[in-house]
Amino acid sequence: MAAALLRRASTSSSASLLRPLSGRLFSSDETVLSIETSVPFTGHKIEPPSRMVDTTPKELLSFFSDMALMRRMEIAADSLYKAKLIRGFCHLYDGQEAVAVGMEAAITKADGIITAYRDHCTFLGRGGNLVQAFSELMGRQAGCSNGKGGSMHFYKKDASFYGGHGIVGAQVPLGCGVAFAQKYNKEGAVTFALYGDGAANQGQLFEALNISALWDLPAILVCENNHYGMGTAEWRAAKSPAYYKRGDYVPGLKVDGMDALAVKQACKFAKEYALANGPIILEMDTYRYHGHSMSDPGSTYRTRDEISGVRQERDPIERVRKLILAHDIAPASELKDIEKEVRKQVDDAIAQAKESPMPDASELFTNVYVKGYGAESFGADRKEIRATLP
Amino acid sequence: MASLQMAALLSAPSTPVPSDRVRLGALRLSASSSSTARNGGALVVRSEAKVSGGGASARGLSLITHAVAEKAAAASSADSKPGHELLLFEALREGLDEEMERDPTVCVMGEDVGHYGGSYKVTKGLATKYGDLRVLDTPIAENSFTGMGIGSAMTGLRPVVEGMNMGFLLLAYNQISNNCGMLHYTSGGQFKIPIVIRGPGGVGRQLGAEHSQRLESYFQSIPGLQMVACSTPYNAKGLMKAAIRSENPVVLFEHVLLYNLKERIPDEEYVLSLEEAEMVRPGEHVTILTYSRMRYHVMQAAKTLVNKGYDPEVIDIRSLKPFDLYTIGNSIKKTHRVLIVEECMRTGGIGASLRSAIIDNFWDYLDAPILCLSSQDVPTPYAGTLENWTVVQPEQIVAAVEQLCK
Repeated sequence: MAAALLRRASTSSSASLLRPLSGRLFSSDETVLSIETSVPFTGHKIEPPSRMVDTTPKELLSFFSDMALMRRMEIAADSLYKAKLIRGFCHLYDGQEAVAVGMEAAITKADGIITAYRDHCTFLGRGGNLVQAFSELMGRQAGCSNGKGGSMHFYKKDASFYGGHGIVGAQVPLGCGVAFAQKYNKEGAVTFALYGDGAANQGQLFEALNISALWDLPAILVCENNHYGMGTAEWRAAKSPAYYKRGDYVPGLKVDGMDALAVKQACKFAKEYALANGPIILEMDTYRYHGHSMSDPGSTYRTRDEISGVRQERDPIERVRKLILAHDIAPASELKDIEKEVRKQVDDAIAQAKESPMPDASELFTNVYVKGYGAESFGADRKEIRATLP
Repeated sequence: MASLQMAALLSAPSTPVPSDRVRLGALRLSASSSSTARNGGALVVRSEAKVSGGGASARGLSLITHAVAEKAAAASSADSKPGHELLLFEALREGLDEEMERDPTVCVMGEDVGHYGGSYKVTKGLATKYGDLRVLDTPIAENSFTGMGIGSAMTGLRPVVEGMNMGFLLLAYNQISNNCGMLHYTSGGQFKIPIVIRGPGGVGRQLGAEHSQRLESYFQSIPGLQMVACSTPYNAKGLMKAAIRSENPVVLFEHVLLYNLKERIPDEEYVLSLEEAEMVRPGEHVTILTYSRMRYHVMQAAKTLVNKGYDPEVIDIRSLKPFDLYTIGNSIKKTHRVLIVEECMRTGGIGASLRSAIIDNFWDYLDAPILCLSSQDVPTPYAGTLENWTVVQPEQIVAAVEQLCK
């Protein structure tokens, strides 16, 4: 009976008939469940990992609540932008949450992540809190970059989150540099450099990939392919939209980016590979519900039917919800409670962020240079100090 | 023998001896300075330190005890002049080597810096000494390896990125401007970028337009970046060491034509200040501000000017961003006339910014308009004669000073 349940993980209706009336089917939160991913992995010059992913009820519930939090945060950011509390550029990640959450499940805080401007949820995944995120979006002092970075510049150094970058593709050489430092310091950690299908056509990516492959760096290049580079569909921008194959001599893996478990499996696999062999490319097949940014309606280059179709069939949160219900890990009412709780958390965080003041005028000049310039300098006889700068 | 050397040391304005930078300790005298008697000018220098040797010399007086000049064997076993002589590229290498030895997080990245030894031999021998992980040969991919250098600097490594020619770093302009200069600010101070970006630039000997670029004019408005230009072996080593130790991103501009300059530099370790200008020749009549190769054209012109009776004060500004307005200001307050001699082009060069900065800060002290001699706003031609006309020549400097001091 349990086996039948496992194989029909994606359909929820039949599973409910098999559930006993009282209590849950599984008594402990740490029971290992083996769940099949929705789609098999496709490999380029590499044997893909197994479709069966090990997970636990606890992990599935955490996926659900984390993704629900991220989704709610992005929707709230949408409203704040329309209320003109967030200005400038605001790129929302809703629809792509599975990539952030699945990746975190496979790695530690010693592993580095660097991404482009669609970074709010990646920041949360790395341990950032809502108040810091909303304050930064609204340009307040409590923001993670003291209000001086904005939507595209979230960073969290203690969690090895290297940002947060506005120029498309420029973060990939930076990420390979972080991987270089990890190899230099013999840390045994890897770096995930995320970029989009639009950035996949940047030359510097291939340059960095070449150097990483030459030097065997533990760099994992992750293409979050949401199929549109702002308004340009992938088939109009890339002669070869099989981004996982674009590394040529570097192996690649194509992953269903809307399935958090598949993402987790792929990242775990990639980490083991990269530590032993050097760079690998992961292509996450994902989708964004919003337009490229808040100034893009997102419907001029794709149909509303397409968007709602993906939402119905492939939504990452719904997928995990169905899994949880199918395995009777929690009743539907508990999941609804989680969503309500998350909504409240987001509202509270926004209220708190609104209370944070704007940065002081003196903040304009702080952190341009590292204070003191770091150098004490003296003449050749070491007796005369020419300058010790404050 | 020893006294002749001493005479040379004390009187030469043209060899770039950093006169008030270094106290060369007590000058040691050999008792056998007899040759001066024959030359007519008895040069007796009192020194505070004890002179090696016995007898009357112990009282600090130099006695001419021999009729014939003796080899200076009685001098201390170290050679009679302190320090060691080397070429500018060797000085850069020495600075780099010392810093790499001192700090294991310093690494070098660039094209042909490792096995080949560097296209200007600045990194020669370092790859054999430190290995392939610390002296890294990169493919020809400036944009990405500069980006990788910056990424590794974010984690705490201290890379020294070499552009084989500064002009090639234009390909990495995005990385240098957005990521290098601005990350400390946009991350709210979380990430420091202690990177050094260095390479030769400037107009060489008929290298053509694309290999004669002066990138200091393009980089000067990037916030968060520090820029310095070296011009002598002494300041090359000192600035290299300071740049590596600095927590800020520093761009070190070298010049293609200055790599073979020879100078005697101290044996002891020294680090120079990144923000200080160098007083090359103190004077009274006019302040000439210059840097890098143009310093030598200025000093050549200074010889002519001195013969004509002028007394120019020559300052090598060294720090291109930020300007050392303290030293410059003090000089302007003394002379009231300024001439800027630079190799950048007239439009948007360092001279243009410096002129602006001086007008903003020292307008009241000026007796004459600020003159700025720069290269012409043209791509550097290949033909030798045309190339010479592109850059500022000593005759033009002399004419400019004469005009200023009228």
